[in-house]
Amino acid sequence: MLAFLLRRLAQGLLVVAAMATLVFVGVYALGNPIDILISPQADELEREQAIVRLGLDRPLWVQFAIFLKSALRGDLGTSFVHGVPAVDLILDRMPATLELAFVALILSIGIGIPAGLFAGLAPRSLSRRAIMTGSILGFSVPNFWLGLMLILLFAVELKVLPAGGRGETRTVFGIELSLLTLDGLRHLILPALTLAIYKASLIARLAYAGTRETLLQEFVRFARAKGLSPRRIVGVHVLKTIMIPVVTVTGLELGSMIGFAVVTETVFAWPGMGKLLIDSIYRLDRPVIVAYLVIIVIMFVVINFVVDVIYTLLDPRVRLSGQEA
Amino acid sequence: MSQPILAVANLRTHFFARAGVIKAVDGVSFTLRAGEVLGLVGESGSGKSVTACSILSLIDEPGRIVAGSIQLDGEELVGCAEARMRSLRGCKIAMIFQDPMMTLNPVLRIDTQMIEAITAHEKVSRRAARERAQRALEAVGIASAPERLRAYPHQFSGGMRQRVAIAIALLHRPQVLIADEPTTALDVTIQSQILAEVQGLCAESGTALVWITHDLAVVAGLADRIAVMYAGRIVEQGPVDAVFARPLHPYTRGLIGSLPVPGQRDAPLTQIPGAPPSPARLPPGCAFAPRCGRADAACAAAPDMIDHEPGHAVRCWHPDLQSKAMA
Amino acid sequence: MDADVRVGDVGTAWPTRLTDSWREFAENPVALAALALVALLIALAVLSPWIAPQNPYDLSQLSILDNKLPPGSRGFAGQLYLLGSDDQGRDLVSAILYGLRLSIFVGITATAIALAIGASVGVIAAYFGGWTDAGLMRLVDIQLSFPAILIALILVTILGKGVDKVVIALVCVQWAYYARTIRSSALVERRREYIDAARGLALSQSRIILRHLLPNAFPPLIVVATVQVAHAIALEATLSFLGVGVPITEPSLGVLIANGYGYMLSGNYWIAFYPGLALLLVILAINLVGDQLHHVMNPRGKR
Repeated sequence: MLAFLLRRLAQGLLVVAAMATLVFVGVYALGNPIDILISPQADELEREQAIVRLGLDRPLWVQFAIFLKSALRGDLGTSFVHGVPAVDLILDRMPATLELAFVALILSIGIGIPAGLFAGLAPRSLSRRAIMTGSILGFSVPNFWLGLMLILLFAVELKVLPAGGRGETRTVFGIELSLLTLDGLRHLILPALTLAIYKASLIARLAYAGTRETLLQEFVRFARAKGLSPRRIVGVHVLKTIMIPVVTVTGLELGSMIGFAVVTETVFAWPGMGKLLIDSIYRLDRPVIVAYLVIIVIMFVVINFVVDVIYTLLDPRVRLSGQEA
Repeated sequence: MSQPILAVANLRTHFFARAGVIKAVDGVSFTLRAGEVLGLVGESGSGKSVTACSILSLIDEPGRIVAGSIQLDGEELVGCAEARMRSLRGCKIAMIFQDPMMTLNPVLRIDTQMIEAITAHEKVSRRAARERAQRALEAVGIASAPERLRAYPHQFSGGMRQRVAIAIALLHRPQVLIADEPTTALDVTIQSQILAEVQGLCAESGTALVWITHDLAVVAGLADRIAVMYAGRIVEQGPVDAVFARPLHPYTRGLIGSLPVPGQRDAPLTQIPGAPPSPARLPPGCAFAPRCGRADAACAAAPDMIDHEPGHAVRCWHPDLQSKAMA
Repeated sequence: MDADVRVGDVGTAWPTRLTDSWREFAENPVALAALALVALLIALAVLSPWIAPQNPYDLSQLSILDNKLPPGSRGFAGQLYLLGSDDQGRDLVSAILYGLRLSIFVGITATAIALAIGASVGVIAAYFGGWTDAGLMRLVDIQLSFPAILIALILVTILGKGVDKVVIALVCVQWAYYARTIRSSALVERRREYIDAARGLALSQSRIILRHLLPNAFPPLIVVATVQVAHAIALEATLSFLGVGVPITEPSLGVLIANGYGYMLSGNYWIAFYPGLALLLVILAINLVGDQLHHVMNPRGKR
C-alpha cells in the first residue's frame, strides 16, 4: 500500500511541476509577460522596476528560475485591480468556496446514495424507472439555470430565502465559516443545493448500478442463507460494497465541484474563488488568473491523493495486498 | 420408520422468462432422515442447485415454486412466511455454495461475518459470539483461529474459505445441511480433506446432509443414499451400494460407466451420446429418451418413479433389470 | 464507462443488427419520445430563419417600445409575443429559436471535430502501444482529471470571444473522452484474430487502422458522442452565461438567460425562464436518447 501511495504522490508532484512549467511557458514565453504581469496603470518608473524584479530583461531560463523561486515563496504576482498579492486574494476566498463545495458534496451523497440504493432494491420497476429518469433530469438541468429558478422560487416568489451573498460567519481556527450561523445556513442552502443536484444524480446512478450488481453476488445469497435480516444485508453488506466505487468517484468529483462552483458563485454572488476568477476575467486581472490556475492544480493533486488514501483504507484487498495470512 | 427430517414432494420450480417458461425443477421428490447423507447427482443444468435454493426459499424473480411441498421436521416450507423462513435459515437448515471466493463478502472481516450469523438467531454478547466463532473455526481445522478471525477473506486460500463457510453453516447445529458442489472449485487434494471434515462434523452433530455434485465418484464413499437428477427430475434413487451395484436407469448406468476404474486401463469408457435437453424446451415424454439406446414408442409418455426393490426407485419404462452387476 | 460492448460477430450483416438495435431502442417509450423531441428541436433550429416570427439579430425589426412584455401580450403593431419579449423588445420565441440553432450547431460541430481528433489519437495509441500509448494516455488522464469548465474558461480567456473560439475550446475539452473510449475498445479489437490476419497479409498499417480497427472499435463512441453533444451544448451555454462565450450580438440561449438574470428579481421572470426551459429540454432529450442507446449497446442481464 505504501508503495502505491508513494507512486501516486510522485505522480502528483510531477503534474504540479508540469503545470507550473506550462503556466510559465504560456505567460513568459508565448504571451507577453509585460502585459500579463505588470499593471497597465503602472507608470514608466514602476514598469522599469517591475521588469528588473521579474527578470524580464534576462534570458528565459533565468526568468524561469526567478519564477520558480517566487512561486515557492508564495509569490505569484500582484493583482492589478486590488493591488495585493494574487495568492493572498485567492487564499482569502478559498474557505468560502471550500465550504460551499463540501456542503454540496455531502448533500449530493446524502441524496444520491439513498436514492440509488432504493432504486436498486425496489421490486417494482415503476419506482426504479422514476428514480432513474429523475436522475437523468438531475444532470441535464443547466447548473446556472437551476440556480436562477431556485432563486425565483424561494427568494422572489416565496420570499423565504435570500437571493444571494454569504450570510454571517463565525471564525473557527482562524477560518470563517457560515455553516455555524442560522443566517449563514439560509444563505448556504440554495447554492449548495444547486451545486449538489448534478452530482447527486450521478451518484444515484452509480449507487443504483452498484446495488444491482451487488445483489447478484454469491455472498448476498450466502448472507440470506445464514438467515440475516434484509436490513443487515442492505445496510452492511450491500452498502459497504458499493461505497468503494462511490467514494472513489465522489472524491474525484470534489475537484469538479470546485470547478462548477465558479458558475454557482456567480449566480448567487457567493464570495468565493470562483467568483474571483470570473471577476478577474472581466477586469483582465491576469496575475490573479495565473495564480488561480496554479493553486487549482495543486488543490486537485492534493484531492486526488487524499482520495487514493481513502480508497486504500476502504478496500481491504488493496490495503492488505502485501500480507497473505 | 421415524419421520424424515426433510421431505420434498413433487417440487416444481419454474422460471418465467420473456422467451418462455424454464422448467428447472419439474417434479422432484425425496426424503432425508436425521443424520443421513444423500448424494444428489446430475450434470450442470439438471436442476440440482435450483432444488437446493428452492428448499431454502431463495428463488428470486422471475422464478418461483409453482407446486409441491417441502417439509422440514414436519413444518411446511412452501408458502411459508419470509420472517419464519429467515429464522429457519442458518439455524435449522443451512447451505454452503460452490465458489468459496465469493461466498464471503470481501470487504468484511471473518469475525464480522461469523458473529452476524450467530446474533441473527440468538441474543448473545459480542464476546460470547466471538468465542463461539473461534471454537467453530477450530472445529473445522483452522489453526491460530484468533488471528484468522480478524482477517479478510482474500487472505485465505480457497480451501480455508470453504472451511469457514462450513463453520458458519454449522454454527447453530442445523438439522439439515445442503452442500451445493462445495468442493468442485477446489484442488483435488483439498477436496477429500473437506469431504472428510464435513462428513465427520455432520456425523458428530447429527446433521442430515444433502451433498450436491456432478461427480459420482465423490458420493460413492460419502453418501448413504443417492439420487440421480436429469432434466429437472430425479430418475433414480436408492441406497448407494444398490445403485452402484445395479444401476437401473440407462443414464445412471452411463454415468457410472464413464468413471475410470483403476486396474482397467484398456477398458473403454462409456459415453452417453448427445447432450441434455435445454430446460426451456423439454421433450414431452421421458427427457432422456433422445439419448437412450433402449427407447421406444412407450417413452413418449413420461414415466413415473417406480420402486423396483425396497428403497430403490427408478423413472424409466425400460430399466436395466437383468444385466450383471458393475464393479 | 469501460467499453465492454461486444461488437459482435464480424460476419453479422449490418442491416439485421440495425433493425434489432432499433427494436430494442424502441422498447422504452420515454426514449422514443425523447428521440422525437430531439428531431423536432433540430428541425426547429434548422428552419428557424423561416419559421421565426422575427429575426432577433436584425435591429430594425425590433421595437424597443415592446420591451419586457409578459407572455401572450400583443405589441404595438399587433404582433403576438407568445412567450413575451426581452428588454430590447426581442420576441422570445424567435430569440429562442435562433438561440437553439446556435447552441445545437455549436454542440454538434464541436462534438464532430473532437470525435475525429480523439478517435484518431485513441486508435493510434491502441495500435502502436508502448511509449506512444503511455504518453498519449497520460496526457488524456491529466486532462480528464480537470473539470471541463475550468479548461474551457481558461481557453476562451486566452482566445477571446466568438463562436469559433468557443468551438475550439469545446473541442479541446472533449477530445480526451473519445480518445480514452476508443482506445479501450480498440485494445480489445486489436487482440482479435482478424487484425493478426490483416497483418499476416502484410497490409499497410494505415490500412489496418483505418479499414479494420477503426470501424470495429467505433460503436461505443456513438453513445459517448450523443451524451457529449449535450455536454457541449451545456458548456457553451454556461460560458455564454458567464459572458465569455459567444458575443452578445449572436444571442445563444446562455446569453439570453444571462440577460434575463437581472430582470428576474423585478418579476420579469420569462426572459430567463423560457430560454432556460428550451435549453433544458434539448439537453434532457439528448441525454435520454443517449441513455437508452447505452442500454441497447451494453446489455447487462436485462430483467
